[in-house]
Amino acid sequence: MRHAISVLVDNEAGVLSRVVGLFSGRGFNIESLSVAPTLDPKKSKMVITTNGNEQVLEQIKKQLNKLINVIKVVDYVGKEFVEREMILVKVKAKEETRAEVLRIADIFRARVVDVSPNSYTLALTGDKGKLEGFIEILSPIGILDFIRTGTVVMEREMQGRRKLT
Amino acid sequence: MKKISGAQVFIESLRCEGVKHVFGFPGGAVLDIFDAIMGATDIDFILTRHEQGAVHAADGYARASGQVGVCLVTSGPGATNTVTGIATAYMDSIPLVVFTGQVPTHLIGNDAFQEADIVGITRPCTKHNYLVKDISDLARVIKEAFYIARTGRSGPVLVDLPKNVMKDMIAFKYPEKVEMDSYCPTYKGHLGQIKRIVSLILKSKKPVIYAGGGVVHANASVELVEFARKMHVPVTMTLMGLGAFPSGDPLSLGMLGMHGTYAANMAVTGTDCLVAIGSRFDDRVTGKIDEFAPKAKIIHIDIDPTSISKNVKVDLPVVGDSKMVLKGMLSQIQERPDEVKVLHKNVRSWLKCVDKWKKEQPLRYSQGSSIKPQYVIEMIDALAPDDTIISTEVGQNQMWTAQFYQFKEPRLFLTSGGLGTMGYGFPAAIGAQAAFPNRTVIDIAGDGSIQMNIQELATVVQYNLPVKVMILNNGYLGMVRQWQALFYEKRYSHTSLAISPDYVKLAEAYGAKGFRVKDPAEVKDVIKEALATDGPVFVDFIVEPEEDVYPMVPAGAPINNMLLV
Repeated sequence: MRHAISVLVDNEAGVLSRVVGLFSGRGFNIESLSVAPTLDPKKSKMVITTNGNEQVLEQIKKQLNKLINVIKVVDYVGKEFVEREMILVKVKAKEETRAEVLRIADIFRARVVDVSPNSYTLALTGDKGKLEGFIEILSPIGILDFIRTGTVVMEREMQGRRKLT
Repeated sequence: MKKISGAQVFIESLRCEGVKHVFGFPGGAVLDIFDAIMGATDIDFILTRHEQGAVHAADGYARASGQVGVCLVTSGPGATNTVTGIATAYMDSIPLVVFTGQVPTHLIGNDAFQEADIVGITRPCTKHNYLVKDISDLARVIKEAFYIARTGRSGPVLVDLPKNVMKDMIAFKYPEKVEMDSYCPTYKGHLGQIKRIVSLILKSKKPVIYAGGGVVHANASVELVEFARKMHVPVTMTLMGLGAFPSGDPLSLGMLGMHGTYAANMAVTGTDCLVAIGSRFDDRVTGKIDEFAPKAKIIHIDIDPTSISKNVKVDLPVVGDSKMVLKGMLSQIQERPDEVKVLHKNVRSWLKCVDKWKKEQPLRYSQGSSIKPQYVIEMIDALAPDDTIISTEVGQNQMWTAQFYQFKEPRLFLTSGGLGTMGYGFPAAIGAQAAFPNRTVIDIAGDGSIQMNIQELATVVQYNLPVKVMILNNGYLGMVRQWQALFYEKRYSHTSLAISPDYVKLAEAYGAKGFRVKDPAEVKDVIKEALATDGPVFVDFIVEPEEDVYPMVPAGAPINNMLLV
C-alpha cells in the first residue's frame, strides 16, 4: 500500500542523508521525496511516499522517530489530505500538433511556461493520478524533456467532509 | 570571563562529565587536544597500539562499569580504524563517546591530508554523530553526546573535531541541561500494559522469561531475579543477557538459540507465555522465525520501540526501561497474592518438565588425553575469584565460555554479540582492567581472534594492566572449521592456522609472562600460577584441534532442532 509520510526534522547538514540512509540501509523503498524548510527556518519538512505492508510501515515510522534529528512523523494513511506534485514537461509542437498540445493543456489546466517554434513547456500540478494521465496523453505527441517533483501533502482541516478538489 | 581554547573546552567538558579514563591514539589533527590532555592529570589516558583497540577498550570499560566509555583518535585513518569498534558497540547498545580529529574546517571536502568524512561513514553505525564546525557549539555538543550515549537505548556517539576549532578561543560554560525537542526516550512503562502483562503471566501454565542485554544495561538484574523467583518462572538468557540471572539457579535455563542449552530451546518452543525483556529476537536466538515459540503469547518489554514487532509479532508490548517495568510488575504481583499462589500450582508440572530436559541433556564434553577447551573454561571458573571479569573473542571460544562459565552476576561477561567482532576480547579486557584495577580480568581467546589485536600486548605491559589471556589454541579458525565440517563436507578452506607465533615467546618479547600447557593434568596448576602472577600473562593451551560446539541449531532451522553431540 502506498503511504505518504511527513517528517519534521532539524534543518541541519546531514539530516537528509540520515533519513535516506535509513531507508537504503534497512531495505525500505522511497517512491518520492520532497524536502524544504518550514516557516521556522530551523526546521525542515520532508514528505516521503513509500510502500510496504503494515509491519514494514510500522518499522519505517519507528525507525524515523528513532533518528535524533527527527521531531515528528505523520502517516497520512486513513486521513483525508490534499496531495500535490508538479511536473514540467517539454512537448514537441510542430505545425500539425501545436493546437492539440494546447487543447490537452487546457483540459488538464496546465500552464504554458515556455514556448519555442518547435516546443511548448507545460507546468501542471495535481495528484499522482492526474499527472500520470496527462503524461499518458502527451506521450504520443513526443515528450522532449520531463521533470517531476516529489509529492507534498497537507491534512484537510475538516476531516470527513466533501473533498473540494 | 577568561577565554580558553577548544582543546581546553574539550578537557573541561570531560571533567564535567566525570570522565576518568580516555583510550586513544594521537595524530596530527588532534595535537592540540593531546597537548591539553598532558596537563590534565586527573584524566588517565591509555595509549593503545591501534585505534580499533582503543574503541574496544572504551567499550569493555563501559560494559564492565556501566559508565560511558571515551575514546580519542586522530582524523582520516585514525577515525576509520574506529569503525569496527563503533559498529560493535552499536550492535550491542554500548554507551561510548568517540572523539575524532578532523582537518581544519576550511579544508573539509578538499581531500586534504588525512581527511575522511567520518560523520558520513559512521552515520549508520552510531546512535548519533556530530561535526563541530564552530567553537560556540562545542560544549553543548559534548554534553548532548554523553546524554544521548547513556540514555534510552544506549549506544555510541561520535564527535568530529576540526583542528582549527580546537585552537579557537571561547569563554567556557558547560550547559546545565540538555535541550533537545527531538529526543525523549520513554523509561516508564504504560501502567495498563504492565497490568495486562502480569495478568497474562498469571494465567499461563508454561511461562518462560527470555532476558537480553537490556536487563544488564538497565541494571535490572535484581528485579528480574526477584520477579522470576516470586513467580516461579524459569529464565533463559541471550548471549548479551548472561549474568542477568544467576547461572546455576534452579530457575536458570542458561543461554538459548543456536548454541543454547537443550532445556532453554525446548522450553521456548513449548512455552505458552514468552516474556522477552530487553532482548531483540535476533536470528541467532530465534532460528527459523516462523517456528519460534509457536505456542506462546509473546510479551515484549524494551526501551527501543523499533525492537518491538521487528522480527516477531508481539502480542503484548510495553516500551520502557527494563528496571522500571519490572518494578511495576513486582508491585502488581504484590497486590495479587492469591493469583500468584494459583500460578505456583499451575506451573509445577512445567517446572518438572524443564528440569527433566536439563537432566536429560546437560551441556557436556569428555576430557580425554588432549586438553578439551571446555575443561579449561570450567577450571578458570573454578579457580578465578567470584568478581572476575571475563571477556571473550568471537567464535568457539566465545560459545564455550557462554556455555561453561557460570556467570552469577551481570557485567562480568564482555563479548561482542551482535557484530561478532574477532579481536574484541583483549582490548575489552584492557578497558575493564582500567575500570577495576584490583579485580581479575581474563580474556578467553582463540588462536585466530587473539592475533587480530595482539599489538595491545604493548599496552598491557606499558600500563601494567594485569590482564590474563587464556588462548584456546586449536590451530584453526575453529567455528568456521566446524561449519565446514558439518555443512561443507570437511573442506577446510583457509581455516587452518598452521603458522602461528610462539605465544610464550611473543608475550615475553613484549615484556609479559607466557605459559604453555599441553597436558590436561597441568591445566589447573598453570591457571593458578597465571592468576597469581602480578602482571599481564598469556597462557597458550594446546587444545583438541577439532572439538565442536554443541548443541548446535543449523542456520535457518527451528531451535528445537538441535545437533546434540
